[in-house]
Amino acid sequence: MIEGIIVNTLVKGGVYALLAIGFSLIFGVARVLNLAHTAFYMLAAYGIYTFADLLGLDPILSIFLSIVATTLIGLATYKLFIDRVREHHITVMLITLALAMVFQEIMLLVFGGHYLSAPSFVSGYWEIIGVKVSYQHLLTFGVVAVVLIGIWALLSKTKLGIAIRATAQDTEVANLMGINVSTILFTVMGVAAGLAAVAGVVVAPTLVLEPHMLWPPFVMVMAIITLGGLGSVKGSVVGAFILALVEVLVVFLLPAGAFLKGAFALLVMVIVLVVRPEGLYGVAFEEERL
Amino acid sequence: MLRRLLKDFQGDVIAIPGRLIALIFFLLLFFIPLLTQQPYILRTLIFANMFVIFAVSWDFISGYTGQMNFGHALFFGVAAYTSAMLNRGPPMGPDWPVWASIPVGALAAVIAGVVMCLPALRLRGPYLALVTLAFPLILLGVIFANTQFTGGELGISGLDRISESRTVDYYVSVLVMLVSVFIMWKLTDAKSALVRTGIILHAIREDEIAARASGINTIRYKLFAFAVGGFFAGISGAFFAHFMRIAGPSTLDLTLSFQAIIWTVFGGIVSIYGAVVGVYILYPLMELLRVVSEWRMLIFAAIVVLILLFMPEGIAVWIRDKIERECPRCKLTNVWWRRTCRACSASLY
Repeated sequence: MIEGIIVNTLVKGGVYALLAIGFSLIFGVARVLNLAHTAFYMLAAYGIYTFADLLGLDPILSIFLSIVATTLIGLATYKLFIDRVREHHITVMLITLALAMVFQEIMLLVFGGHYLSAPSFVSGYWEIIGVKVSYQHLLTFGVVAVVLIGIWALLSKTKLGIAIRATAQDTEVANLMGINVSTILFTVMGVAAGLAAVAGVVVAPTLVLEPHMLWPPFVMVMAIITLGGLGSVKGSVVGAFILALVEVLVVFLLPAGAFLKGAFALLVMVIVLVVRPEGLYGVAFEEERL
Repeated sequence: MLRRLLKDFQGDVIAIPGRLIALIFFLLLFFIPLLTQQPYILRTLIFANMFVIFAVSWDFISGYTGQMNFGHALFFGVAAYTSAMLNRGPPMGPDWPVWASIPVGALAAVIAGVVMCLPALRLRGPYLALVTLAFPLILLGVIFANTQFTGGELGISGLDRISESRTVDYYVSVLVMLVSVFIMWKLTDAKSALVRTGIILHAIREDEIAARASGINTIRYKLFAFAVGGFFAGISGAFFAHFMRIAGPSTLDLTLSFQAIIWTVFGGIVSIYGAVVGVYILYPLMELLRVVSEWRMLIFAAIVVLILLFMPEGIAVWIRDKIERECPRCKLTNVWWRRTCRACSASLY
């Protein structure tokens, strides 16, 4: 049982981390609370289904196509809708929320409301310490690890990463230092949508696809980034694994745990925030502090 | 005395186009059952009235104090479930009559509001939004885990009706809506000479630190806002449960919380009437769109996106700015076609 808990936590936490990092990046840099974030995850999952199952393309190619297509949709969304109202925070939230609904309804119209399943890329399982881990889960975990390291390298080692962090710290000063802020925001939006797409692609074979699949991770991602501290990438990763552990523990240990897992994860978030209002790794800015 | 009142009425209501429109609209609401007795139309309007209270109470908490509340359905659901549990007969409940279960349900929502306010005192902005988002979902998990008390997915059904006829139901809903909206409007009216809460809430929203430095106990007023907002949202939730005769998990749903925000921001946040306008436009629109049920949510979301892109302040505020003009000298509101102020005859251009 302990092995089961560990493996499930790692896989689930990894997917949550992918989603939360993208969300956290775009919030930290652009101060845009993009509620359509998990919609990109859903789009990518449907993309895999379309390319691999309906069109019969090669799995690797369809993964690639699905990620690229979702990223492009994300960029288009940003340019057409978010960028124009970026100053009005509540309007941004509402527009992205409405966009999430638009995506969901389009999927409902195109694919219908019934459950679909995407093809598995690899089959079979591997026994580690007595737990059967399917290769799909193993692949998920591998992809998550690679992407996390990639993001860390991007943010801390490259010039673009330094520009992104500078913009996050102080947009105006970054602009004065010759950083093209709007390009940076655009890039970050692309990265965020791309990360959501990667998450969608890797979990698609392990889930049933349906147009409302964006809401359960939506709530969790909200909880994770709040717990970790808004805008903090490290916080998102830590928060993702903590909340995944709570979820898995509740499912394994409590009766009726499947209903209560979300409630317990959210309860943990509320408790952490009451003790530490800026989240685990969040920085409270002087002008934003109470 | 009477002449004085009439004159005030002329100056403060008739001469301001926004208020005149509101007056005509509310008078119309009273005549609708005389024009049509179609149950469907009355039912839609009853729900619209309930949701007006709900949206306005969201505006009261979130718009006026700047505490972004993403879990407003908590109040709605707590009140709906409480009044349903009190209303159902033995062996499960005490079988209270409607007039007792609704206010007690609303009081339960007040308690929920105070509980929710405790983290709100320490958190701000997006943090608060996300924590409030969590509360109804936690409660939803509890409801699904205790099916024998709450009915789980099915909810608690078979509640008493408000009255035997739909027309009476309709008038009750209109009256409750008018009284609730009027109270909340007065409590937030910054120019009011009677109550100070309006200007204090404004001050807290604009700059909390400055408000505190001026000797305002901001914590007390935030609690007050959550309690009052929770009470009215609870009233609407309890009434809703009795009109539907069922209290189900949909009353705590994420979508309901978001609906309140969409209605209010669509109409115009921090304005009370914005929420009213938003509900009366969007709710019947949603009902109309049932004709093309597959496209319903898509069209709805698209309309919201487009309106917000072109009128980020909300539709009611946008219209008000078109039909009203404030005098630059005496700050009196004038009709848009006047070139000079009606009181001090200063040029309005």
